[in-house]
Amino acid sequence: MYISIVEAYREYSVEDRGRMAALERVNLEIGKGEFICLLGPSGCGKTTLLNLIAGFDRPTSGFVRINGETVTGPSENRITIFQNYGLLPWRTVLRNVELELEARKTDKKERRRIAEEYTELVGLSAYKNHYPSQLSGGMQQRVALARALAVDPEILLMDEPFGALDAMTRMSMQDEIERIWREKKKTIIFVTHDIEEAVFLADRIVIMTSFPGKVKSVIDVPLARKRDRTGADFLKIRDRVFAEFELKTDDEPEYYL
Amino acid sequence: MIKMDLLKRAFKVIISISVLTGIWQLTVLSGRFEKSLLPSPAGVFAGMSGLIKDGTLFTNLGVSLARFLTGYLTAVITGVTLGLLLGWNKSVWSYIEPVVQVLRPVSPIAWFPFIVLWFGIGDAPAVVTIFIAAFYPILLSTVSGVRNVDAVYLKVADNFGIRQPQLLFRIILPAAFPLIANGLHIALGSARVFLVAGEMIGAQSGLGFMIINARNSLRSDLVLAGIIFIGILGLLLDRLIRFLENRIKRKWGVSAEVRD
Repeated sequence: MYISIVEAYREYSVEDRGRMAALERVNLEIGKGEFICLLGPSGCGKTTLLNLIAGFDRPTSGFVRINGETVTGPSENRITIFQNYGLLPWRTVLRNVELELEARKTDKKERRRIAEEYTELVGLSAYKNHYPSQLSGGMQQRVALARALAVDPEILLMDEPFGALDAMTRMSMQDEIERIWREKKKTIIFVTHDIEEAVFLADRIVIMTSFPGKVKSVIDVPLARKRDRTGADFLKIRDRVFAEFELKTDDEPEYYL
Repeated sequence: MIKMDLLKRAFKVIISISVLTGIWQLTVLSGRFEKSLLPSPAGVFAGMSGLIKDGTLFTNLGVSLARFLTGYLTAVITGVTLGLLLGWNKSVWSYIEPVVQVLRPVSPIAWFPFIVLWFGIGDAPAVVTIFIAAFYPILLSTVSGVRNVDAVYLKVADNFGIRQPQLLFRIILPAAFPLIANGLHIALGSARVFLVAGEMIGAQSGLGFMIINARNSLRSDLVLAGIIFIGILGLLLDRLIRFLENRIKRKWGVSAEVRD
């Protein structure tokens, strides 16, 4: 498989309480171009797992392998998008998007062309010379997305990227990321605690539970794109996910097929 | 609207100065203080215009400002450079910090005996005094600026393959800049207090020397005139750096403006 997570286990030493498992052994295989959502409540280790794949953190035991190579640190081939955007406030939109290209010493004209292209892709051309503080949360996350895509990584890792956005903006960002995923054929691993978001976006949902953090199950979402958030099939899968978290009461009438 | 505001403020400034001058004049008129102990407003004003007309003020002001800039800029360069290195290298800083914390509260005036011994007379003592006064706030704010760089910037840099020295100049320095700018402002405040003090030892020019010289010739009107000029100069310097600081903060997206 493209990404193999094998017996990955992570523990931290906590003062007075010795060692605590943040993530129980995880085995997970992810294919190239898949859209995976890691779904669970806080403390379920979903961000820990994402950090292991990103290379910001190493497993205590086990390993993460990408394309046959064990992950030992961050790489430009898998870019992480953070909930609080991580934009550099002293740089304009374009200069933020150019960041990695500068580090790679790309020719200045080429750099500008790529930055313009991706700024256009996320629909922010009109704001290319604005500073992040002049933009709304949704727009800032679009900049972060453009900046990540400009690196042209194979894998995008997204850590609750829309968690700080209001519900409406959030849905339009979900549409946006789905469109870009289909257009650019990236492998996306997307951390969220929003069940609908996971059902709308994922090919497969990795359901995680907390204390200790572990993978409970993996649910396939065999729905055609672009998905209808109010369709019967959508709601059926959503209910299955609710049931996985034991959030669904049994006496509910089953009016769907 | 802005014009009205400005007018109102100017009005308040005029009122406050007139009231102060009035009280001062009345005190002089009461005749309970000798002229050499308390010069009259008119006398000081004459002294001020005299200093302006014969060029003494501008010569000395120029000399003082040049010393100030030399000392202050040297402190900025060394303080920021050392601050970046020490802020980044936590283990070295943990050895140096105790020394800095002991030396920092010491007034530059306490160093005067050594300053004269080591740097002699002329420009150097004044420059060194200003340097000492400005150095510690700049160093400490730079160190804390570097240490408080948001972890997400470092993660982004790590992810994007930005390594040293690019990391320092492209990420850490700009990220720490609002705190550094704050330190530069504090340093300016503490340094300008010592501008005059440094010139009272061994200097033959400058605003501090002008005051000492006036005292030596028992011209209390000129002493007071010098004090007023120093006050105005300090105010202008403060406004200038506050203006720069606010511009930086606005650009960095820090919304809170620096006010009085």
